Amino acid sequence: MADALTAAYAMRLGDDALILSHRLSEWVGHGPELEEDIALANTALDLLGQARLLLSHAGDREGAGRDEDALAYGRDLLDFSNLLLVEQPNGDFAQTMMRQFLFDAYAVELWPRLSASRDEGLAGIAGKAAKEAAYHVEQSAAWVVRMGDGTKESHARAQAGLDMLWPYAGQIFEADEVEASLAKKGIAVAPSELRAPWLARVDPVLEAAGLARPEGAGVRSGGRRGRHSEHLGHLLAEFQFMQRAYPGAEW
Amino acid sequence: MSDSDTRAENERDWPLFEVFIRARTGLHHRHCGSLHAADPEMALARARDVYTRRGEGTSIWVVASDRIYASDPADKDMLFEPAMSKIYRHPSFYDLPDDVENM
Repeated sequence: MADALTAAYAMRLGDDALILSHRLSEWVGHGPELEEDIALANTALDLLGQARLLLSHAGDREGAGRDEDALAYGRDLLDFSNLLLVEQPNGDFAQTMMRQFLFDAYAVELWPRLSASRDEGLAGIAGKAAKEAAYHVEQSAAWVVRMGDGTKESHARAQAGLDMLWPYAGQIFEADEVEASLAKKGIAVAPSELRAPWLARVDPVLEAAGLARPEGAGVRSGGRRGRHSEHLGHLLAEFQFMQRAYPGAEW
Repeated sequence: MSDSDTRAENERDWPLFEVFIRARTGLHHRHCGSLHAADPEMALARARDVYTRRGEGTSIWVVASDRIYASDPADKDMLFEPAMSKIYRHPSFYDLPDDVENM
């Protein structure tokens, strides 16, 4: 059954997972320790799995014959609807882990709620993702505390990452007609509902890490409407290169 | 804290941990490798990421490698040679039932 709103919603969540997965995969071979390198790749693969399911589902609901590959490799920058947070560059390890934590703390609140969605496909995907997110947030939170409460240098880097990324976190809780109307039907989770639980996860971790929550920072938004930072273009150029150069190529 | 203190702190290597995985309930934990981590919690998480990627485990132990007190390879003859001639200690005089899988 074609349903443009559900398709758009699944695509938003799928784009978040896809772009963050790609960002994490950029660490492969560059991790600070061999074990951490593998851990980052594991998280990237979890997110890639979520992205594949979500984009496939979006394609089904869209009903225009686009599969996960067509959506991942065949859309232009303006058609991507991910949060600006997930497209931000890796920076140093502290910035990467801070981005991951701010996202994980949201994902771990989103998925359990979405597993009660009246859209069975979304509910199934959410149930699987909830288990992955529970592990991810434990790991990224541990790193935030470790670095914030670590050496002078690690603390400075963690605080710089937080200051840089905080304005992008506010966008997580913005909603337009897609979320608003689907939430009313019991299909989507209203993003505004997640703000308080998200803060309840983030604040104690920042406190344990000795990090100061940035005050008075504005909210950067636009990602959901296809307005992105310059970083996404560079990411897509690399991510989509093969399929752009050799359309339909398989191996 | 001086710059050299900071550098020493930042560049200090993480200690080594030995990793033991129990593949299935009923089996014992088996040594499967080692890894570096800052503390036991991190070692446990990294063991999960490095050694259970293909669903190998139901339980993980990590032990700081420097807490293992090991025999000296040079003592091999003294320790183990005397057991070689005592075949009556081996379970070789009766047949194992087929249902006993992990002997």
